[in-house]
Amino acid sequence: MQTLQNKSKVISLKKFETNNLFKKIFPYLGVVPFALLAIIFLIWPTLVVVYGSFQNLEGGYGFGSLIEVATNEKYLNGFKVSIQLASYSAIAGSILGGLFSWAIARGNREGYFRRLVLAASGVFAQFGGVMLTFAFLATFGFNGMLTILANSFFGENILTDASWLYSLLGLVVVYTFFQIPLMLIVFLPAIENLKPEWREASESLGGSNINYWFRIGAPILAPSFIGALLLLFANAFSAYATAAALISQGAPIVPLQISFAISGEVSRTNPGISKALAVGMILIIVLVMFGYFKLQSKVSKWVKS
Amino acid sequence: MSEEFEVKLIELSKSFGEVKALNNFSLEMVKGELVALLGPSGCGKTTALRALAGLQQLDSGKIIVHGKDITDLPTNKRNMGMVFQSYSLFPHMSALENVEYGLKMRFRKVSNAERQKKSKELLDLVDLSSHMNHFPHQLSGGQQQRIALARALAISPNVLLLDEPLSALDAKVRSQLRDEIRRIQLEVGTTTLFVTHDQEEALGIADRVGVMKKGVLEQIATPAELYDKPKTSFVAEFVGLTNPIEGEVKNGKINVLGQDIQVLPGSVSAGKAKALIRPEAINLTKDSNPNAQILTISFLGSMLRVMLKLNDRTQVTAQLSNFDNINYRIGDKVTLKINPVPVFAKEL
Amino acid sequence: MGQIMSKLSKTDVWRWIIISFVGAYLLIPIFAMLEFSTRGAPGERSAEAWVAIPTFPKLLSSIFSSLQLAVVVIFAVVFILVPTMIWIHLRLPHLRRIMELICLLPLTIPAIVIVVGIAPTYRAIYQIFGSSPLTLSFVYFILVLPYSYRSISASLFSIDTHTLSEASRSLGASTIRMISGIIVPNIKVGIMSGAVISIALVLGEFTISNLLNFETMQVVINLLGKRDAATSVAVSLAALVFAFILLAILPTSNRSRSSKLKSNKKTEVMYK
Repeated sequence: MQTLQNKSKVISLKKFETNNLFKKIFPYLGVVPFALLAIIFLIWPTLVVVYGSFQNLEGGYGFGSLIEVATNEKYLNGFKVSIQLASYSAIAGSILGGLFSWAIARGNREGYFRRLVLAASGVFAQFGGVMLTFAFLATFGFNGMLTILANSFFGENILTDASWLYSLLGLVVVYTFFQIPLMLIVFLPAIENLKPEWREASESLGGSNINYWFRIGAPILAPSFIGALLLLFANAFSAYATAAALISQGAPIVPLQISFAISGEVSRTNPGISKALAVGMILIIVLVMFGYFKLQSKVSKWVKS
Repeated sequence: MSEEFEVKLIELSKSFGEVKALNNFSLEMVKGELVALLGPSGCGKTTALRALAGLQQLDSGKIIVHGKDITDLPTNKRNMGMVFQSYSLFPHMSALENVEYGLKMRFRKVSNAERQKKSKELLDLVDLSSHMNHFPHQLSGGQQQRIALARALAISPNVLLLDEPLSALDAKVRSQLRDEIRRIQLEVGTTTLFVTHDQEEALGIADRVGVMKKGVLEQIATPAELYDKPKTSFVAEFVGLTNPIEGEVKNGKINVLGQDIQVLPGSVSAGKAKALIRPEAINLTKDSNPNAQILTISFLGSMLRVMLKLNDRTQVTAQLSNFDNINYRIGDKVTLKINPVPVFAKEL
Repeated sequence: MGQIMSKLSKTDVWRWIIISFVGAYLLIPIFAMLEFSTRGAPGERSAEAWVAIPTFPKLLSSIFSSLQLAVVVIFAVVFILVPTMIWIHLRLPHLRRIMELICLLPLTIPAIVIVVGIAPTYRAIYQIFGSSPLTLSFVYFILVLPYSYRSISASLFSIDTHTLSEASRSLGASTIRMISGIIVPNIKVGIMSGAVISIALVLGEFTISNLLNFETMQVVINLLGKRDAATSVAVSLAALVFAFILLAILPTSNRSRSSKLKSNKKTEVMYK
C-alpha cells in the first residue's frame, strides 16, 4: 500500500515538472517558423560568405582571398569607383531630395498631390535598376528622346555621343533618379517633425526667417539629414541591377565584380574571391549603417521632448 | 489716441471658411494687468491671442499697442513673448541657451556679458538655475514651461502671451505653476494675456476675465463680478457650477421652491424660466414640509457635497460647510432653502 | 499684412520651382519611355511594341511568375511575420530587440551579398522543391523584412496592444481569435502598407533571380532588352504604372492615421 502511494506521488511530481517545462517552452514555439526562415535564408548565407572568404586559390584555407581583394589594383579600383558612385549619388540625391521634401512638406497633408507623390516615390525607390535603366536609355541613349531632340535643335552636342551614360557619370545620373525618392521617404518625416511652435517661438522672440533656419531649423534637421545621406550611400553602394543592365564597362563597381566572380572563370579557380569581395562590402556598409543608427537614436531623444 | 490702455484689440474679425473664429472682437488691456480669455474650444480665444502675436492674419480690425498701430507689423517686430501649450522649447538647446535666444538677435544690441547676466537672472526668477545646462528632454513638463516663461521674459516684452500653458501638464503641477506664473507676472509687471479653457485657472490668477463664445466676447469683468453677476446664461453656466431649477418670473423676481429671488439683468423677464442656483447658496433643514430627498453625500474634508432629488425629479447639487453639524443620511427627506442672492434666470 | 503676403508668395514660388525641377528629373524619363515605345513610321505613333508584348511567351510566363511570387510573399508576411511580431510584442518582449535586429539586417546585407552565400542553399532547394521560380519566395521574404517590419511595428506601437489583448481575453476570446479578430484589424494600415511595398520589391527584384538563374519578370525584361528594346521599354513602363496605381489607391498613409490617434490621446490627457 505504501509503495503504491509513493509511486503515484512520484508520477504526479514528474508530470508537474514536465508540464512546467512545457509551459516555459510553449511561447517560444510561436516564433519557430520565422526563426527557421531567418536562419536558413539570412544568417546561414552570411556565415557562408564570411567562412568562404577564407577559401583560397588552391582550395585550401587562409587569408589569401582577403589579401588579394584588399591589395589587387583591380579590386581596389572597384571599391574606389563604388564609393565614388555611392557618394556622388548620395550627395546629389540628398540635396535634391531634401529640397523636394521641404517643398512637399509645405503642402496639404491630406491632399491628393502628396499621396500621389509618395506613391510614386515608393515605386521609384524600390523598383529595380533594370526598368530605370531602360527609362534612361529611352531618354539619353543613342536613340533616346532627349538625344534626338537635342540633335535636331543643336546639331552635334554633348548628348549626341550617348556613351556617357555607360560611364561613372551616367551611373551617377541614373542612381540619383532613385536616390531622390528614397530621400523623400526617409527625410520627409524629419521635416514634418519640425514643430510649428519652434518657428513661432523664434519669430515672437525677434528672429527672422534666416535666424530660424540657421539657428533652429538646420541644427535640428542636421542629424536626420546626415543619417539619410548615409542611408542613401548604403543603398547606392549595394545596388547591382542598374549597372548590370547598363553593362557598364566604364565603371567596374564591386557588385559587378562579384557577379563576374560568381559566374565566370574566377569562381572555378578561386571561389574565395567573390566572398572576400562580399565581406569587403559588408564591412563598409556596416560602418555606414552604424553611423546611421547612432544618428537616429540621437534624433529620437530630442523628438521625445 | 489715448495711451491709457496698453493694448487695444479693435473689432477683430477672422473667418475660417464658414466658421467665424473672431466676430468683431474687441478687448482693452491696462498696463501690467493679467487678462484671461476663457471659453470652450473653438470660441476664438487662441485666435485672438495669435492675432495679437502676429501669427494669425485678420480679415479686419486693428491692433494698437502702447499707442502704436501694429496691425501690419510682422511677428518678429512686435516684441511679444509667447509661451505655447507644448513643444515650447528648442530641443537642441540647453535651458540657458533657450532663454538667451531672443537676446542673441542682432537688432537688440545686447552684449554677451549682459545677455548671460540677464538670462541667469531670469533662470533664478523661475527657480531653475540649477538646471541651466539641461536639455528640454531632460526636464519635466512643468520645468519646461518655466524655462519657456523665462525665455519669453528675457526680451522685456510689451505683452506676455500665454496660450494654454498649463493644459498639457499634470493636475498637481498645474496648480503649482499657475500661482508661480502669477507671482512672476506681478513681480515683473508685464501686461499679460492668458488663454485657457479651465475656469478655475482663469478665475484663480487673472485681474480680469473675458469669457468668449463663438468669436464674441460675452462678458469681461473681475472674477468676482463674473461669478456673482453673470450677464448671460452662457457665462453663468460656464463659470462655476449651477443648478437649474424651474420657477416663474414676475416683476423682477423668480419664484422657485416657494421663495422669491431677485433676478440679474439679462435674465428672462417674465414667464417660466430656470433659476441658476449656486451649490453654496443652498441650505438644508428638516421640517414638516420637505421638498427634496438626499441621493448621495460626499465628504470633502471642509465641505459636504450633497446630491438631492426634488419633487419634480430634478437633480440638485448642494455644497454645505462641514461646520453646520449636519446629521443627514442618504434617503432623508429634507427642506431645501435658497440663500436669496440675485440669480440669473435662463430660458427653459 | 502686405509684408506677410509677399513672404508667402516668395516661399511658394521657390516651392514650385523645386517641385518642377525635381518633377522634371523624375518624369521626363518616364515620358521618354512612353515616347520610345510608341515609335512607328517617321512622324507617326504606333502601338506595335505594346501589342507585341503577349507574343513573347517567356515574357508573359515570367510576369505571371513574378505576380505569383508577390502573392506568396504577401501570404508569408501576413501569416508568418505578423503573427510572430504580435506574439513577440505580447508574450516575448525581451526578444523584440533581437527581432528588430534581424529584420533590419537585410538593409546591411545587400542582395548581391546574400546571393553569394545562398547559392549552396538553393542547390539544396532545387533538389527538394524543384526549379520553379516560386522557391525564390523564401529569400524574397527576407528581403521585404525591413520594410514590412517597420510599417507593421509602427502600427503595433500606435495602438495599445496590451490593453486590447487583455480586454479581449477577459471577455473570453481565445488567442487566435484575439489576434485575428481584435489586433489585426487595428493594424490593418501597417499590414497593407507593408504588403504593398512587398509587391513593389518583388516585382522589381533582379539581382538574386538573375544570379540564381531564375526567370522572373525583371530578368526576362533584361534579356529582352538586348533583342527588342521598344517592347522591353513598354513592359517596364507598364509595370511601373501598375505598381504606382497599386501604391496610390491602397491606404498606405500610416502617418495620418497614427497622428490622428496620437492627437486623440493628447486631448484625452488634457481633459483629464
